[in-house]
Amino acid sequence: MENYLSLFETYNVPAAFWVNIQLSFWAAIWALAIGTVLALFRISPIPSLQLFGAAYVNVFRNTPLTIILAFGFLGLFSVMQISLASDLNASLFRIAIVGLSLYHAAFVCEAIRSGVNTVPLGQAEAARAIGLSFLPAARLIILPQAFRGAIAPLGNVLIALIKNSTVAAAGSVATESSGLMKTMIEFRSDLVIPIFLTFALGFVILVIPIGLLTTWASRKLAVAR
Amino acid sequence: MSAQQVLFDAPGPRGRRTILIGNIVGALIVLGILAWVISALAGKGQLTAGMWTPFLESRTWQFFILPGLLNTLKAAGISIVTSVLFGLVFGVGRLSHSVPIRWIAGVVVEFLRAVPVLLMMIFFWLALGSSGSVNPQDAPLIAVILALTLYNGSVIAELVRSGVHGLPKGQREAGMAIGLTRNQSLRNIEVPQALIAMLPALISQFVVILKDSALGFIITYPELLQFTRRLGVGEGNVIPSLFVAAAIFILINFALSTLATRLSVLLSFRTKGRKPAAKGSIALDASTPAPT
Repeated sequence: MENYLSLFETYNVPAAFWVNIQLSFWAAIWALAIGTVLALFRISPIPSLQLFGAAYVNVFRNTPLTIILAFGFLGLFSVMQISLASDLNASLFRIAIVGLSLYHAAFVCEAIRSGVNTVPLGQAEAARAIGLSFLPAARLIILPQAFRGAIAPLGNVLIALIKNSTVAAAGSVATESSGLMKTMIEFRSDLVIPIFLTFALGFVILVIPIGLLTTWASRKLAVAR
Repeated sequence: MSAQQVLFDAPGPRGRRTILIGNIVGALIVLGILAWVISALAGKGQLTAGMWTPFLESRTWQFFILPGLLNTLKAAGISIVTSVLFGLVFGVGRLSHSVPIRWIAGVVVEFLRAVPVLLMMIFFWLALGSSGSVNPQDAPLIAVILALTLYNGSVIAELVRSGVHGLPKGQREAGMAIGLTRNQSLRNIEVPQALIAMLPALISQFVVILKDSALGFIITYPELLQFTRRLGVGEGNVIPSLFVAAAIFILINFALSTLATRLSVLLSFRTKGRKPAAKGSIALDASTPAPT
């Protein structure tokens, strides 16, 4: 037991989780923004934008996240020498956020589209009847209801995003939790199972409340029909 | 219902003109972005013939891409079988009428679904490697399979459960009326129907397994990404190699996703007349691959 507790003096476990939370936070905001724009593209009347939205979703959701993050680190950073900050670690961190955002935006787009499908046709017809064109109709009538209908799937995307932030280790963000867990096990192989359970429980504590909250919110906020 | 019908009706002459202009502007912007990416790649010499000719040589395929693909398919194939088995056992466990079994299965499934796959993979890799119970060379493959099985198996267990809950009422009563016990009715009547109804979602989960097998890259399992990276480092063409690896994954997964969508349309006849599934349930968008 003392052995186990001494681990926390040597290794800063909360700081590693904090890196994952920060990665998830920024990636969630960007993914929501990009995903909403993509969803608008896909439901817009303009064929070239529809095509772009569909192609984006199909390419990104069928590519392993590991490859996307490897692209960011090996491709953008090492070969193309694109750096997003003057500091090396900050640059790697931001590249990981870009990769996570681009990947999850495809799933956000699909979640919002499933939300749009919960909006009855009559709503759109009514919007047209009072003279709203595509963007005002989408902004004022369709999307507000679609977001309410999309809360549960969006919650699932957020949960996946938090768990996937561990893959940033592939993009050399070594300070996050899966990287720290690897280091800790390598140095203290006598405590493999307690170390794993510590990190696993950390994610259970992060993820399960979000699931419960979004399920509750999706019931509470769903438009009664 | 296609989304287009929702937001606008058939456009008149003015609407058609606006759409045409929007279409051209949109296409120009998309092409502009593509051109910018291509020129950036070309600017760093990534589009020269020398970067791409290795993919025309047979030794590239023979020694790098095909062995990698084979290992990816091996890990994914075994994991698909084992996670379906795991899912069946724990899905039926969650439906059991014995409270302790239901409770244990529930806790196991909820726990495994909340833990990142990569965390499990690294744990099994290091634990197996140091314990000496398996050949160290086999540790990465076994770790990949174990982690994928535990995570995807518990997702499949949930599919089985929600599939059984989505069945029309009276199936169990009918089974019991012809003299089956509750468990027999579950095994012989309810679960097989649930699996067929959930087939599209199940195939989407196979896409997830295939995608996540690329996490093996991080624990040194020699799968497609690992081999293509080695190729890229050797030939000095990292970006083209990653493109090829991504393209192979996209092709296989796109084929699987298309199959899932086709099946869900086909199977919707079998589920017609049923009450719609609860909001946000897995059944709602069964054919969409999940984020992890």
